[in-house]
Amino acid sequence: MIGYAAAFGAGLLFGIGLWISGMATPRKVLDFLDVTGSWDPSLALVMAGAVSVTLSAFGPILKRRTPLYAGDFVVSLKKRIDAPLVVGAALFGIGWGIGGYCPGPALTALSNMSAEAFVFVGAMIAGGLAHRLAFD
Amino acid sequence: MIGLASVWLLIANGRIAGVSGILHGLFAEPPGDRLWRAWFVAGLIAAGFTWHAFAGSAPIRQGFGLGWVALAGLLVGFGTRMSGGCTSGHGVCGLGRLSLRSLVAVALFMAAGMAATFVARHVLGLPS
Repeated sequence: MIGYAAAFGAGLLFGIGLWISGMATPRKVLDFLDVTGSWDPSLALVMAGAVSVTLSAFGPILKRRTPLYAGDFVVSLKKRIDAPLVVGAALFGIGWGIGGYCPGPALTALSNMSAEAFVFVGAMIAGGLAHRLAFD
Repeated sequence: MIGLASVWLLIANGRIAGVSGILHGLFAEPPGDRLWRAWFVAGLIAAGFTWHAFAGSAPIRQGFGLGWVALAGLLVGFGTRMSGGCTSGHGVCGLGRLSLRSLVAVALFMAAGMAATFVARHVLGLPS
């Protein structure tokens, strides 16, 4: 029970962070990616800030035997740089660069109640299911 | 805050705050593993409504074709599932774990994103 509340709280805090930083505004994201045009590098600082927090805290946390409200840590153990990683990351980047949404911002942007947010999230879920049908 | 939320989810639930993985798992994992995902996604959406209540509603992009939006969504959904992560899973969390796979993924999706934005804005002339 408390684990679900913790997951909700983490999503809430994560989402507020996306709005404060401008990540939830596709125009701002596209300005960040538009290195040859109206480049706005400020989102790099957001990324650096977030990574500095995870970088300092993840190591000590993963040394614990268990998390607080769940049985085990679930962390990817994959090490190999394989074709799905490379191709998938490239496809994701192309979609991100067209629309200006990555998954977190798209979900929190549903609160705009805009047609594009709903179309994007629907297509994103369909894309994931398409991959499942094709490869699983 | 994004970093803190990721730390919070890891220490409390033992999970990586990778939004694409959490979302895809909502439709693919066994039912017992779905509820915490639904609560995280609900928190993300609630964050938007909370933000609008204090900061006012966000301007909605005009004139950006929904066909392009749908194509972008499909690519993001398919690609994140294939590579096992997005900006949060590979970016914020993967780099935080010093994962080489994540570093490669981040470099690739940044480069692909910059290339796609260049084509979309300066070759195709899409508005935004």
